[in-house]
Amino acid sequence: MNAQLQPTGSAYFIAKETEKPENHTLSVLVDNEPGVLARVIGLFSGRGYNIESLTVSETEHEKHLSRITIVTRGTPHVLEQIKHQLERIVPVHRVVDLTVRSQELGQERPMERELALVKVAGTGEARVEALRLADAFRASVIDANTEHFIFEITGKGSKLDQFIAIMKPLGLVEICRTGVAAMNRGPQGM
Amino acid sequence: MSSGQNERREMTGAEMVVQALKDNGVKHVFGYPGGAVLPIYDEIFQQDEVEHILVRHEQGAGHAAEGYARSTGKAGVLLVTSGPGATNAVTPLQDALMDSIPLVCLTGQVPTSLIGSDAFQECDTIGITRPCTKHNWLVKDVNDLAAIIHEAFHVATTGRPGPVVVDIPKDVQFAKGIYVPPQTAPRTSYQPKVQGDLDKIKAAVELMAGARKPIIYSGGGVINSGPEASHLLRELVDLTGFPITSTLMGLGAYPASGKNWMGMLGMHGTYEANMAMHDCDVMICIGARFDDRITGRLTAFSPNSKKIHIDIDPSSINKNVRTDVPIIGDVGRVLEDLVRLWRASAKADKKALHPWWEQIAKWRARDSLAYKMNHDVIMPQYAIQRLYALTKDMDTYITTEVGQHQMWAAQHYHFEKPNRWMTSGGLGTMGYGLPAALGVQIAHRDALVIDIAGDASVQMTMQEMSAAVQHEAPIKIFILNNQYMGMVRQWQQLLHGNRLSHSYTEAMPDFVKLAEAYGGHGIRCEKPDELDDAIKEMIAVKKPVIFDCRVATLANCFPMIPSGKAHNEMLLPDEATDEAVANAIDAKGRELV
Repeated sequence: MNAQLQPTGSAYFIAKETEKPENHTLSVLVDNEPGVLARVIGLFSGRGYNIESLTVSETEHEKHLSRITIVTRGTPHVLEQIKHQLERIVPVHRVVDLTVRSQELGQERPMERELALVKVAGTGEARVEALRLADAFRASVIDANTEHFIFEITGKGSKLDQFIAIMKPLGLVEICRTGVAAMNRGPQGM
Repeated sequence: MSSGQNERREMTGAEMVVQALKDNGVKHVFGYPGGAVLPIYDEIFQQDEVEHILVRHEQGAGHAAEGYARSTGKAGVLLVTSGPGATNAVTPLQDALMDSIPLVCLTGQVPTSLIGSDAFQECDTIGITRPCTKHNWLVKDVNDLAAIIHEAFHVATTGRPGPVVVDIPKDVQFAKGIYVPPQTAPRTSYQPKVQGDLDKIKAAVELMAGARKPIIYSGGGVINSGPEASHLLRELVDLTGFPITSTLMGLGAYPASGKNWMGMLGMHGTYEANMAMHDCDVMICIGARFDDRITGRLTAFSPNSKKIHIDIDPSSINKNVRTDVPIIGDVGRVLEDLVRLWRASAKADKKALHPWWEQIAKWRARDSLAYKMNHDVIMPQYAIQRLYALTKDMDTYITTEVGQHQMWAAQHYHFEKPNRWMTSGGLGTMGYGLPAALGVQIAHRDALVIDIAGDASVQMTMQEMSAAVQHEAPIKIFILNNQYMGMVRQWQQLLHGNRLSHSYTEAMPDFVKLAEAYGGHGIRCEKPDELDDAIKEMIAVKKPVIFDCRVATLANCFPMIPSGKAHNEMLLPDEATDEAVANAIDAKGRELV
């Protein structure tokens, strides 16, 4: 027997996790029917999986198909379970782990983009500075009066984080982010 | 299946429900009426093809449908009303989910216009049952109703079977629409893989041919796959000469009288089965899922074996235990290929297995199911042994509740055929056995159906005794009455310094009078030498019987893998002194179950 293994003293086991958790991005193609999102997120809460980001929208209207993009965090073993558990849901057509797929394609990561609307209020020097920085980040102004801007910015999550952090001292009022939209590089579909 | 004249004709939603049941081959429905299903009940009243079995509580309907399903291989159907009707069905739905039992549960719902208004007897049935079903549907348009019910039967019975719910608002039951017969084209997103990958099966054959210490570990998936799968399993065992053990759910797939049978494995499995699992070099897991009651401590689970895992559900593969050769597919189909390829390529080198069988014989000689016989008090194991001896040559079906009696039944009642053993494995639902026995008896009118029960469990669904009397279902409720929640008491002894907190039932009903009050027959037996005659009386009575078998109050269920221990660290009955029992589990275990 393996003497170094400590018994937990129970029929339930809390095995020491030896694998490191990773962030993965999953694309889930589902029938667009009532309750389908509840099935997906219910699975995550019920089985104790993490959701870092979630984006949903109908992508093929005629076929009633929606695409759900989930950024989740777990060990490779848990990530494999998440994929299989998602595939058990009846209205789920396909589940692709974009992160794994990109590695198979010899790429570092899937293409991931997020959109944010950022409202900044202020006057004087702060207002000018906000506009200058927005320009540097290629954020566009979609609404403004003499006391505020709403910026629209698109990019990787890290870029959005940085932009928001910079806007904080310049009169940041409100943020809305879409969550991650993602697909793999190259000519092949999902 | 369908009668041609009914195809695509106009009818009400309620008529559609009954027509769809007929078209899906349903003969019996277990249910309880209420406001939101009255139109369906009105249709049931006006026909006699589908027989309705009135229960006393919706949980009873669910477990009865489970017993029906497990003993026939067909879907069990239950019909309940909205709100409390639906919530009472939740326990059997989860039970069926965990044991992969095909159930179709039809629930009434308040009219669509009232959904969300906190109407009388409204609940979010779809929301509540979403995590305890394989799939569920809310029908908002009567023209979708027939197709949804057909799909519900398809989803419940194919792939890894499971429970489904169809929630039907009352206005949809009244509305008229076009009925469509069952179609063959299922939705594209649901296509379970049934055929195993041939390369993987070849790899499995190769691994098995080279094995010197193999073991087959089979489970409920073999039973679910149908009688052919059990037949193929027997053939495989004969061809290979491998020893075979089974989970609680898989008992009967391989006959207990078969010479390669090792008995059940797991927490209360036999010493030889668990030791062989621990020491084997090749493990062939067929339709089982490496449950925590089976594996013991995972980090010490069968450390030196290559593992082949056949399962229809990809999520079962590598969930708890890493597999070397995963084969995804229906057990029956995979076994067909496996047996064919074994015949074609591998020759069983049964001589090479000799040392392994000799080792197994040594483990067997420990006689791990032994117990101390007592001539004044009935030992629970003895009661099961006598029950087995006196019923084994009859057409017998056994159900159980959950607890010590369940484990003793699994250890000492021997099953020769599949579908003869109905028990709540995954969820461990006390109160399962009595209504399940009712369901079995409805499906097999002339069979001997016995619920091996505990005194605590049986009181959870005792009201179904009344349903059994009403439907002339002569079920036998054989209670091993030790006046304790025996398994709870055993764990309190093991884990909590024998402080028996609330595990003793201080007020016990008089089960004989109770049986008579229900219109059944009551028997009490307290002496070992009176047991045989009492059991014979029970068998002879042609109505529901409650048998109050007074057994030793403090008997423990052994052998046992104490919590947190490995397969080769079993506590055997002859070693289980009070001191050994008290120290079997260390302090950390008290945090857990």
